[in-house]
Amino acid sequence: MKAAPSLAVVDSVVPAGEPWMGVVKAGATLRIVDLEGNQAVDTLFYNAHDIAEHYSAQNTLQAQRQIYLTSGSVLLTNRGRALLRIEQDDCGRHDTLGGACSSESNTVRYALEKRHMHSCRDSFLSALARHPLARNAGMTKRDLPSNINFFMNVPVTPEGGLRFADGISAAGRFVELRALMDTLVLISNCPQLNNPCNAYNPTPVRVLIREDA
Amino acid sequence: MRWEEEILGGSHWSGVLRRGSQLRLIARGADANLAALFYNREQPLERYNMADTLKAQHTAHLTTGCVCYSDMGRILCSITADTCGWHDPLCGLTDDETIAAQYGATSFQVQRNARFVSGRQAMLVELGKYGLGERDLVANINFFSKLLVDENGAMSLATGHSRAGDYVDLRFEMDTLVLLHAGPHPLGTGSTYAPPGIGLQMSPAPAVAADDACRIRCPENTRGFINTERYCA
Repeated sequence: MKAAPSLAVVDSVVPAGEPWMGVVKAGATLRIVDLEGNQAVDTLFYNAHDIAEHYSAQNTLQAQRQIYLTSGSVLLTNRGRALLRIEQDDCGRHDTLGGACSSESNTVRYALEKRHMHSCRDSFLSALARHPLARNAGMTKRDLPSNINFFMNVPVTPEGGLRFADGISAAGRFVELRALMDTLVLISNCPQLNNPCNAYNPTPVRVLIREDA
Repeated sequence: MRWEEEILGGSHWSGVLRRGSQLRLIARGADANLAALFYNREQPLERYNMADTLKAQHTAHLTTGCVCYSDMGRILCSITADTCGWHDPLCGLTDDETIAAQYGATSFQVQRNARFVSGRQAMLVELGKYGLGERDLVANINFFSKLLVDENGAMSLATGHSRAGDYVDLRFEMDTLVLLHAGPHPLGTGSTYAPPGIGLQMSPAPAVAADDACRIRCPENTRGFINTERYCA
């Protein structure tokens, strides 16, 4: 793992199954470190001053003509504006098609009896109900659009299939993004226990924000 | 058939399709594209979810046998027939900027109803009719369009994919608010804004059989139908 930034204004470890929210000012960087490897970090981004403007998977894919996110990808909003740019990527590929797990989709994907299990969308909703940043912005379920899954590998085949493959990340790998506008970040560190996306073992990640770079 | 209606090329439409009804979408020209969004009529916070639809069925395209999932583990509608074999759930909508850059800027003042309406503009207007808005505008489906993705993830639009007369049948499994825009696909390469119109034909759907192709396509869909039947019970 490369050395952590020396002047991080935020340096937090987010355990699996917990949400995290914060603001990355325009020009600052956000680094997410996959501490133990193969973790999926479900992430949403918003214009910090107007949460109706948010990261849009479809705008981003359409503009870059490419379904994976990696270094150089510019993350666009639903209004077609540049929100962040991925500047460093140890992993090589991040997913934005797989969405966030939920107790309801778990009943479909795995078994009706899986409804009780913790999920990313429950983490998102918990954060929206409790975190001051979300409460101040009046955020609700309406504000949960398609997300990014950092470190997750969801290949699309030329035949139009979709696979949830074993992760291509590893312990210590990281992705670093630079905010191009003041950006509100909402993370769910995925608690999924039914899927190889995190090797059936959800683990902590580290979130660093640096404003001096 | 209970009713039929034409969506003129470039224009938008919305309406409610009840559980047990079927909507046939008919391309009126080659290389048609129909952007579509679905919301639960009773509680629109429940709406079509791209990711849940794709990952439940392990697919990145939609055709006969596929269903459209809501974010609540239920099925809004099923694709029971499809003559063109592939519909794009990935590429999203055009917006005013991309339309003007590709086709030129227009206004009602000059072009009247021949102005070029973008997909985002069309959906925002239709959403507003139901008290919904920008925050409710989620990832959409582009019917009649085929997106090619190579091994490296590069995307392009297949040309010549749909012909005049191609159709797709949607069977509604819940009372659903349907929003449609017959506009060009965002990866379309032409320089002339001339999207074909789409015909709509609504009729009662036969009851869903135990061996229905959508229901038995995969164990996930069988569970999705159980969730939906419990909701509607």
